[in-house]
Amino acid sequence: MARLRLVITYVALAACSIIILIPFAYLVCASLKTSAAFFSSPFLPPGDGWFGIAWDQLTLSHFTRLHSELHFERQLLNSLFFSATLSVLATLACAMGGYALAKFHFRGRVTLTALVLGMLVVPGTLLLAPTYRLLYQLGLLDTYAGVLLPLAAPAFGVFLFRQAASSTIPDALLEAARLDGAGEIRTFFAIVVPLLRPMIGAFMLISFLSMWNNFIWPQVVLQSGAKYPLSVAIAQLKNVYSQDYGLLMAATLVSILPVLLLFLTLQRDFIAGLTSGAVKG
Amino acid sequence: MNAVPPRSRWAPYAFCAPFFAIFLLFGVYPIIQSAVLATQQTYGPKASRFVGLANFKDLLADPLFWRALWNTTVFAAGSIFIQLPCSLGLALLLNQPKLRGRAFFRLIFFAPSLVGLVFVAVIFSLIFEKRTGLLNVLLHGAFGCDPEFPWLESYVMPALIIAALWMYAGFNMVYFLAALQAVERDLVEAAVVDGANAWQRFVHVTLPAIRPVGAFVVLLSLVGSFQLFELPYLLLNATGGPDNQGLTLVMYLYQMGFETGDLGYASTIGWVIAVLLGTFAAVQWRLSRD
Repeated sequence: MARLRLVITYVALAACSIIILIPFAYLVCASLKTSAAFFSSPFLPPGDGWFGIAWDQLTLSHFTRLHSELHFERQLLNSLFFSATLSVLATLACAMGGYALAKFHFRGRVTLTALVLGMLVVPGTLLLAPTYRLLYQLGLLDTYAGVLLPLAAPAFGVFLFRQAASSTIPDALLEAARLDGAGEIRTFFAIVVPLLRPMIGAFMLISFLSMWNNFIWPQVVLQSGAKYPLSVAIAQLKNVYSQDYGLLMAATLVSILPVLLLFLTLQRDFIAGLTSGAVKG
Repeated sequence: MNAVPPRSRWAPYAFCAPFFAIFLLFGVYPIIQSAVLATQQTYGPKASRFVGLANFKDLLADPLFWRALWNTTVFAAGSIFIQLPCSLGLALLLNQPKLRGRAFFRLIFFAPSLVGLVFVAVIFSLIFEKRTGLLNVLLHGAFGCDPEFPWLESYVMPALIIAALWMYAGFNMVYFLAALQAVERDLVEAAVVDGANAWQRFVHVTLPAIRPVGAFVVLLSLVGSFQLFELPYLLLNATGGPDNQGLTLVMYLYQMGFETGDLGYASTIGWVIAVLLGTFAAVQWRLSRD
């Protein structure tokens, strides 16, 4: 009875896995088929080759066209730059701010904490129009800084670090460091940062992912194509090359592969970081 | 705290400065500005004129706004009543004792949520194509369904719900699974001893135990649903689709603010979204307290 139940569970899990993997398989196959063979089968084109597949109807030309015709590497670099810069900036700002809110007594602490808590419930879409006008007034429209700065101080980031700092950093350790004559900056980097490491890793990854996948904000701020990240570029591509399925799918594959690989490599730390924060916090 | 005081009384301010400088300028100030904007009509970011509460009055009489609110609500309902039960089902499957490969399956189910909404939209724009799209080809092959089924012409909302289901079912599953793993084995075993069958155990032991996490996941889904933008925007080529079937609140906000150029009207829509989500959060908070 228990055995039968387990078998049914495996069958159900396998079926669900296949359904979830089908769009990925479709994407990979579509990016490799020649335009002529595109509709011969939903996946790989059937033929006389090994495994009944027409291997000669597969091509890497969509990927080479991304480079030679569209200079898509520019967009890839833009996305890398946006995501890496934001994840460092936001993590540093949030870690320092959260540490200060958790571990120091100072005038204004209660007010600042209340502002952060209040901001947690404000949806980002409310800020679209006013921040756009502010960027116009500051002359930051269509600049890298205009995309990055408004995203660099997320309320939930400082909130997470405040929770993590108050639960994982013992006051005695900070006091010992001060008695030993360490300066505040040295204490932060030598004691606080190592103790916050799981949260720092997880938060950097979350920031990186959310910037990589962010569409509406760079779409609103940027006007010149040379500055577009992948998300905005692919939306343009879909308009202009809507019938060029192979090219479109190759571009999509190139856009999502880096984050999938990054996550697969780091997922252990990522999940460990999140759960440790949840359990202790 | 602070039996030994910091070496400089300025230290906490220095640590706070980078975050709060940006936070006050690009977080708090825009909120105040969005209230100001809601009383204005603008022509792009340059010119504006004061209109008082006319934006709110216009909005209430605007059939497109009601259409967008209705569409968004339908999508949210789909997320909660179709997607979340699927998430819970996946979590229950993965929570079976003696299951091998749990981490592997969890990774597969979670993977779609790492793909950004824009990229999901591009993939699904091909999947939902009328004659050649993968979904119609598969449904026709397996069940003999109509291969010309017009997903993006007449069934926009179901299409959006399907795409979101693929993307987020595994994401929400992670929360349910964590909650299920925290349900005490003793409690379940006691129920077995008392002669409760599997269904009774599920309804009377498991469900109450995961209720707080369930309420949190419902709130997350509502927050996500009411900010839906990328999927319809790309699947329907930057329009609301035929008869505005796919127009959502944020899409309408985007069209008014950045295509028409009326940042004031856009801010007014933004306030409606904020008030709705604030209400949901307050209700969730009240419910989770008792």
